[in-house]
Amino acid sequence: MRWRRLKAIAVKEVLQIWRDPRSLMIALLLPFTQMFLLGYGVNLDLKHLPVCTFDREGSQLSQALFKHFQASQYFTIARNVTSYAELTAAIDDATCGFAIVVPPDFSERLNDTGSAPVQAILDASDDNTANLALGYATAVVAGYSADVQLHWFDRQGRPLQQIEPMTVQSRVWFNEDLESRNFIIPGLVAVIMALVGAQLTSLTISRERERGTMELLVSTPVKPVELMFGKLAPYLVLGWLDAAFCLVIAALWFAVPFRGTLVALFLTTTLFLVAVLSIGYLLSVLIRSQVGASQIALVVTMLPTVLLSGYVFPIDQMPTVVQDITYLLYSRYYVTILKAVFLKGSGILELMTPILFLAVYASAVMILAARSFRKRLD
Amino acid sequence: MNAGQPAEPRIIAEDLVKRFGSFVAVDHVSFRVGRGEIFGFLGPNGAGKSTIIRILCGLLRPSAGRALVAGIDVARDAERVRERIGYMSQKFSLYRDLDVEENLKFFGGIYRVPRAELGERIRFAIDMAGLGGREHALVSNLAGGWQQRLALGCAVLHRPPILFLDEPTSGVEPASRRRFWDLIHALAADGVSVLVSTHYMDEAEYCHRAALINQGRLIAVGSPEELKNTALGGDLLLLECEMLGPTLAALQSAPGVLDCSVFGNSLHVLVGSAERSLRELPDYLAQRRLPPTRLVRIQPSLEDVFVQLIAVDSAKRRAA
Ligand SMILES: Nc1ncnc2c1ncn2[C@@H]1O[C@H](COP(=O)(O)OP(=O)(O)OP(=O)(O)O)[C@@H](O)[C@H]1O
Ligand SMILES: [Mg+2]
Repeated sequence: MRWRRLKAIAVKEVLQIWRDPRSLMIALLLPFTQMFLLGYGVNLDLKHLPVCTFDREGSQLSQALFKHFQASQYFTIARNVTSYAELTAAIDDATCGFAIVVPPDFSERLNDTGSAPVQAILDASDDNTANLALGYATAVVAGYSADVQLHWFDRQGRPLQQIEPMTVQSRVWFNEDLESRNFIIPGLVAVIMALVGAQLTSLTISRERERGTMELLVSTPVKPVELMFGKLAPYLVLGWLDAAFCLVIAALWFAVPFRGTLVALFLTTTLFLVAVLSIGYLLSVLIRSQVGASQIALVVTMLPTVLLSGYVFPIDQMPTVVQDITYLLYSRYYVTILKAVFLKGSGILELMTPILFLAVYASAVMILAARSFRKRLD
Repeated sequence: MNAGQPAEPRIIAEDLVKRFGSFVAVDHVSFRVGRGEIFGFLGPNGAGKSTIIRILCGLLRPSAGRALVAGIDVARDAERVRERIGYMSQKFSLYRDLDVEENLKFFGGIYRVPRAELGERIRFAIDMAGLGGREHALVSNLAGGWQQRLALGCAVLHRPPILFLDEPTSGVEPASRRRFWDLIHALAADGVSVLVSTHYMDEAEYCHRAALINQGRLIAVGSPEELKNTALGGDLLLLECEMLGPTLAALQSAPGVLDCSVFGNSLHVLVGSAERSLRELPDYLAQRRLPPTRLVRIQPSLEDVFVQLIAVDSAKRRAA
């Protein structure tokens, strides 16, 4: 490998990027817009969802339950109805996203058995909100029933120590202070960088082919590795800029606590960038047309990263087979790393496993890309 | 086929064959190009000129045969060959979004031209291309002739001993074409071996030797003089007459006539011996009430030779 040739390629690539301000703007603005768009779009926190109550009993106990709802920051009681028809109307015209129905024998059953069912009716058109609402409602009801059961056991004269603490199945999406954003945003950075990174390089080789400059380039003594590193280098710099934007937005705008070190962040981000840039480059080598390469890059990077990286869908809740597949996904490691660096303040040593996986991944893709590049036309 | 072999061959093609699937694009082609020689490739569209050049540059693998460039087997060690050649592809392939100097610097870096020499080499290339004062013009804004000369400048920046130029003058206005050939001659005078293809028949005159290619085969090789004098296998007469059609028909079966074709409003007659036919043909035609108004021997142009040879070759293949 000759430094001189690598530099010639890199300088040429920088000039071409510079002369194409439209693409450059897109490369620099895309992470911005995506961060804000997705950062707010996937916000899984729920605040003051309007609730409709249908109290078929009208007892002290049922009113106490509603007070719990009103007291929580997630719900606001918007209407009290007296029939199912009214309730349905409230949900249909979207004045309420959620309804609770207390059965006529609520107090009776609660007093007799210590438990009573409460019906929840949801507007499931927004799947995400519905799930969340149900999750939070369960939590509210659990809190309430804990109170009630305490009283009940009290009355039965059993010692308090014997009470088994209630286990509420809370969703993994909710982190301890119920700020889902803190969990989502670091992963979002990985998703956006996977998308942008592969897009950046997916055009470089096919562009030479489509503009007819490839024939002359391959007639020169340039080596495939020199070409690859020469082309990746300028995009790594762009990638650093993009990653810096995303991470700064995450830490400052979305106020995700940053507990780790910049060194760990820089090292792992660089490794991840090299991996995604090489994937884009490999696709560019393998796929002849610019459009084809960029679209396949989109599918190959975006889809698995969103679904399988653990950025929003927790990996440990996936079927085992799918869990195994996620080990093949480079973004999985970066999501893990970012969450750990941001929230736990993990350092390089603690992150050795995902770092090693990423390094192996990046090297494998680069070797494949360099070997797939043919300096012949047939 | 005349093939006066050069003493110091820089390019040797031996029985080169290139097939694309079942289609034979290059069909057992052999030739040699010497040091400082300008060797021309002429032939119609799809003849296989670019394919042969690409094989010699190591861009295509020959299906059979051997190619030695600068003494190196191209199929075995294309990389070493690439350091010793300059190539201008048929399709313009410099970076249009870079300026003149940036393109030259790029190729200077790729070929690792010693830094101490690079400035001077770039100066030379810019002067050669007549691009002084336009060093910072984007290549996309240059006219065709300038683009082609810049491409030549990039190809010779690293002083390769061998140059492959694939239709360097296509799409270039005649005055610029002339200038381009002067550059090629200057390079050859410095000892550079040049293999150049062209569509323009008249440009064969600028070559030391030219090869005529048709449907993948070399059908004639020689200096312009040799081609004009011997490639036809006879002498050429110009005949003017009143009635072209009947005269043409009568001549087809006349003794000593090898071939006859219409050329404008006269006939070109290929005969075994000019002396004999000049003597006998006027009487032969007069007997058939088709007396020629004029009959003279002419020196065939290269275009005559090529048109004739390609017509004969294509007819032969159709028959086969
Ligand atoms: N990669 C390829 N695959 C299939 N056929 C090809 C390929 N390259 C060239 N050919 C065919 O081989 C033949 C020779 O092509 P080539 O480009 O060498 O001709 P040429 O003499 O350079 O013609 P032109 O004057 O138009 O440039 C043509 O019929 C062409 O269609
Ligand atoms: Mg050609």
